[in-house]
Amino acid sequence: MHLSSDDLIFWQHGWFKLNETIVTTWALILLMVVGARLITRRLTTRIKISRWQAALEIIVAGIKTQIEEVSLAQPEKYIGFIGTLFLFIAVANLFTIFPVYEPPTGSLSTTTALALSVFVAVPYCGIRERGLTAYLKSFAEPTFIMLPFNIISELTHTLALAMRLFGNMMSGTMILGILLIITPLIFPMIMSALGLLIGMVQAYIFGVLATVYIAAAIGTHSPTKQQSTT
Amino acid sequence: MDNITIIAAASIISAGITIGLGVIGPGIGQGRAVASALTALAQQPDATSTITRTLFVGLAMIESLAIYCFVVSMILLFANPFWNHAIAQAAVK
Repeated sequence: MHLSSDDLIFWQHGWFKLNETIVTTWALILLMVVGARLITRRLTTRIKISRWQAALEIIVAGIKTQIEEVSLAQPEKYIGFIGTLFLFIAVANLFTIFPVYEPPTGSLSTTTALALSVFVAVPYCGIRERGLTAYLKSFAEPTFIMLPFNIISELTHTLALAMRLFGNMMSGTMILGILLIITPLIFPMIMSALGLLIGMVQAYIFGVLATVYIAAAIGTHSPTKQQSTT
Repeated sequence: MDNITIIAAASIISAGITIGLGVIGPGIGQGRAVASALTALAQQPDATSTITRTLFVGLAMIESLAIYCFVVSMILLFANPFWNHAIAQAAVK
């Protein structure tokens, strides 16, 4: 039994190892980029739009409202980054319905890369919105004593993001493997259905947490709108 | 018992203890969080979307504690550095 898809190595040259994680990640990226390109080639604003365009519009508008509700005032500036994170993790997790596929998010290297991009994006957005001195001053916010704790919390946010996604996806694969040994008939099906749900929830949580961290860095308090949806 | 047996026994037992004791706290925490969210939902059904989103994020935060325990026990079982070291030592001899 192996812990992650890093162990299956297709091709090796010196220090460079082409393992399953890299291959799957690039295949997913190609699929998503080519698919999005094909769909957005013929965008129209007429009454009758194609089914694919309607689907993409629903996804983009949904992500936009979600970012807006998590207290980021201008979602257009951040939807590129956060939407990419969410869509990549969601697609990577949803493809587990295919038999031999192993999610690249079940490998610690992929999740660390995603968390590091959040780790870089948070101070970037903070400095761009507030200026360098104001952003650095926010680390010593209540008192100066809080400075080391704020820096540590910045680091543990990144660690927790990576470990949470990795642990959830790896445990899904692991439980499926164990259940296939114990009760191979019905239960693996139920657990893989649960795994799909967990994958979507984790993608959503990764996106929401990235939004929350960026919103905390840029420090805007948008007026709380009264929710009228039920 | 030689060293390898002791390392194997200690790894297996502590992996079980890690996951067993480690999920107690997050279990209680998640139960309390869901109970509070249900109370809030019953009192204010209008704020359903906000409460649900906050609940999910909070549950993910609490759950990550249990996930840490799970990862540690998986490392102890399948990728144990001490076990690998002992095996390497035994191979040298």
